Amino acid sequence: MKFGVVFFPGANAADCFYVIDQVIGHPVSSIQPEERELVGFDCVILPGGFSYGDYLRAGALAGAAPVVEQIADFAEQGGLVLGIGNGFQILLNAGLLPGAMRKNENLRFCCRDVFLRVENSRTPFTNRYHQGEVIKYPIAHGEGNYYVDADGLAQLEQNGQVVFRYCNEDGELIPAANPDGSVGNIAGICNVKGNVLGLMPHPERCSEEILGNAYGLRLFLSVLDWWGIHTQEGVMTDE
Amino acid sequence: MFEAAVYVTLKKGILDPEGKAVKNSLRSLGYEQVEEVKSGKLFLLKLKTQDRKTAEEEVRQICEKLLVNKVLEDYTFELREVGR
Repeated sequence: MKFGVVFFPGANAADCFYVIDQVIGHPVSSIQPEERELVGFDCVILPGGFSYGDYLRAGALAGAAPVVEQIADFAEQGGLVLGIGNGFQILLNAGLLPGAMRKNENLRFCCRDVFLRVENSRTPFTNRYHQGEVIKYPIAHGEGNYYVDADGLAQLEQNGQVVFRYCNEDGELIPAANPDGSVGNIAGICNVKGNVLGLMPHPERCSEEILGNAYGLRLFLSVLDWWGIHTQEGVMTDE
Repeated sequence: MFEAAVYVTLKKGILDPEGKAVKNSLRSLGYEQVEEVKSGKLFLLKLKTQDRKTAEEEVRQICEKLLVNKVLEDYTFELREVGR
């Protein structure tokens, strides 16, 4: 299988590229935003950062880039799409995931480690986690206050589309553990089929012990497992 | 040629922390009469479209495709004819 990382101007695409290429040691190519053809990829990553300076709204201009239309077709055909941080905002703007992002409730850019509860460990991206497991990822965003109306939220919950929620160290979903005001403490959601995941926290920034923890690595290893690829010898694992 | 002024505001009931922060600042400046502040955006577009009806439809599409996030935002616009 092959990964692709979209290099929007202003995105931190190199972080994701590095984890695939150097940490899990798997084939990966860069994809340009103007690309009008997506061939040979199995998993496409929309990375974090500030695509096009986040002008207009976070992720709005990137959401209208030619490659995003290709990614929508790719997802429709069952391809795996992962949006991290800004990439999540792009998926929302492009309508690949429901809802929208507001500015953080406290109006502050929030940059720190947070605890997350894995709410659905059956997706292609989370099968290396246990259902209900409490993990730690870093966040770094000013516009991550997820919003969806009450009906939309009920649907997400009913379909198991809520994948990660902000929690405290004991896994409790209390308001104090919610860094940005997101409805339902939501940190990440997937589409109904489960092949498109968007999340605000950054797994690529915690995929090696030297970065504080390696909880994020299992997200990338989950994708390999889902494809039936066993991690090669010499590749770092957190087990 | 037409000039369109597009106003984008948050839908009723959507939290507007920016507006709230401005309101608090105004209050602290002594403007106790300020009941509410809503933040929004203004876009000025110039179109080389010839007739009004087409221009209206074009601006509507531009709003829905890019300028406005319909989950959170409402928009209105004014269109006026301008010389070249």
